[in-house]
Amino acid sequence: MSGHSTYQPKTGFERWLDARLPIVRLGYDSFVDYPTPRNLNYWWTFGGILSLCLASQLITGIILVMHYTPSAQGAFASVEHIMRDVNYGWLIRYMHANGASMFFIAVYIHMLRGLYYGSYKAPREVLWLLGCVIYLLMMATAFMGYVLPWGQMSFHGAVVITNLFGALPLVGESITTWLWGGFAVDNPTLNRFFSLHYLLPFMIAGVVILHIWALHVVGQNNPTGVDPKSKADTVPFTPYATVKDGFAMSVFLILFAFFVFYMPNALGHADNYIEANPLVTPSHIVPEWYFLPFYAILRAVPDKLMGVLAMFGAIACLFALPWLDTSKVRSMRYRPTAKIYFLFFVVVCCILGLCGAKLPDDPVIPHLTTFSVMGSDLNSFVWLSRFAALYYFAFFLVVLPVLGLVEKTLPVPDSIASPALSADAKKG
Amino acid sequence: MADTAVGATTEPEHGSDPSRRDFIHIAAVAAAAGGAATLVWPFIDQMNPSADTRALASTEFDLTKVAEGQQVTIKWRGKPLFVRNRTKAEIAKAVKDDHADMKDPATDASRVKPGKAQWLIVGGNCTHLGCVPTFGGGEYGGWFCPCHGSVYDTSGRIRKGPAPKNLVVPDYAFLSDTKVKIG
Repeated sequence: MSGHSTYQPKTGFERWLDARLPIVRLGYDSFVDYPTPRNLNYWWTFGGILSLCLASQLITGIILVMHYTPSAQGAFASVEHIMRDVNYGWLIRYMHANGASMFFIAVYIHMLRGLYYGSYKAPREVLWLLGCVIYLLMMATAFMGYVLPWGQMSFHGAVVITNLFGALPLVGESITTWLWGGFAVDNPTLNRFFSLHYLLPFMIAGVVILHIWALHVVGQNNPTGVDPKSKADTVPFTPYATVKDGFAMSVFLILFAFFVFYMPNALGHADNYIEANPLVTPSHIVPEWYFLPFYAILRAVPDKLMGVLAMFGAIACLFALPWLDTSKVRSMRYRPTAKIYFLFFVVVCCILGLCGAKLPDDPVIPHLTTFSVMGSDLNSFVWLSRFAALYYFAFFLVVLPVLGLVEKTLPVPDSIASPALSADAKKG
Repeated sequence: MADTAVGATTEPEHGSDPSRRDFIHIAAVAAAAGGAATLVWPFIDQMNPSADTRALASTEFDLTKVAEGQQVTIKWRGKPLFVRNRTKAEIAKAVKDDHADMKDPATDASRVKPGKAQWLIVGGNCTHLGCVPTFGGGEYGGWFCPCHGSVYDTSGRIRKGPAPKNLVVPDYAFLSDTKVKIG
């Protein structure tokens, strides 16, 4: 997609700068004149929305650090100080806390978009892998950020997640002690999490630059999955994409503001407003909503090490995706069978999320006892999460590799412009 | 140098002794890599427990604070420790199950001090992922972990759920009939 530049410096200063640091040219070629497929729909606006989320998290986060005390003695009180005493502290903290959830809503839509339209297929494998790296960094950042208020959920969440590494044979215990900096989650743990929570967003920003670079090398995918062939297939980024992205961002910000101003604690847990107490675990400990599907997979497996491996394996599947899907057709718009499996996959992810939020032995259908298998009633969330986890892995490891070879796909248009033009022709 | 070199070399080629040049390159890179690798360890090891954390003293506990059938949770090395004064029925139940099918088989006698069967002292963290199990919960009357549903019996042995090991018995000794020293 990149190649000749059409940037024309207008003023003398621009000509002077262009000969020394062609940064205006880079911006012009990347965000003004850059050709985008003419058929991008609103699912394609989430990249821009995610940049907005990252910027919002960075700005609010840096402000919060001005008032926060990173110590086991002072952290909880300083968060309350931010909420009650700091001018607009409540607003900035609520923006940061809900901003994390908004970030994950946007990233999940962005990932499912990529999954549906085959945006991971050649030549976009590296683009997809960089996206997976960003997602991994986001999860690490969100987890460490959640520990910082040093409430009950912060503390015991940190205990559970760091103990996951203890499942590794031989080295597990040394690793957890090393992560903790002691014999339990304590002040040293909080301090290092704070340091890393500050660092990782800048690493995310760095990988985002690589992600956009890779995107601009291979060009954007589009709903047909057909590469642009002529000028008729593309429109310039500005005004077409900028205005569409801007509108989507505005709508997204309304949702964000609704949470911040009307239900700022809806996505959190009341237990986190109780200061951390290592001697009492909250009766119902759950992670933030965006980790629930993985948490459900962890609990679905009765063995500790296997559960941990299954959970990390669920993320590893995403990295392997470009090589798991064997279909030659990119977009599921032309893959009628894959489309059904995909929709079911989305439903299964939601079911896993639900299972992660419930107690494992609670019945799915109330007041119904069936028969017990492996120590748990079949009508329980633990069994539901087992079936759902099975489908999750089967989708990546069986459906996508096999279906690509046997599926009868619909005819793919010759170019992006052709289906649009033929539809116009029919109307006319 | 100059007067000996004139006319002496038949091939006026740069790096006329390639093996010598390669050796200098390899030695320089190896020294730099070795130096960097040596410096990596302090940067990793700084995250391990510091001297003051490692020096955490042992703790003494007065058992008269715990009535029969009760449990007191004390903090030791930043973690909870259960001191449980077991009833006769609880001990009998634990002994009866000594040879039941268990994930981490252990007899009840091996988990208490001789002649002090009423005192069960175990680490208060679930061996699954470290949550604090609740006293008296679960079908064996021992502990129940609220996080992922592990069930421990009245000897602190894992009976059901994802935890792989029994609740840990720390090193401790009776200083007198009513006093223990832990650690």
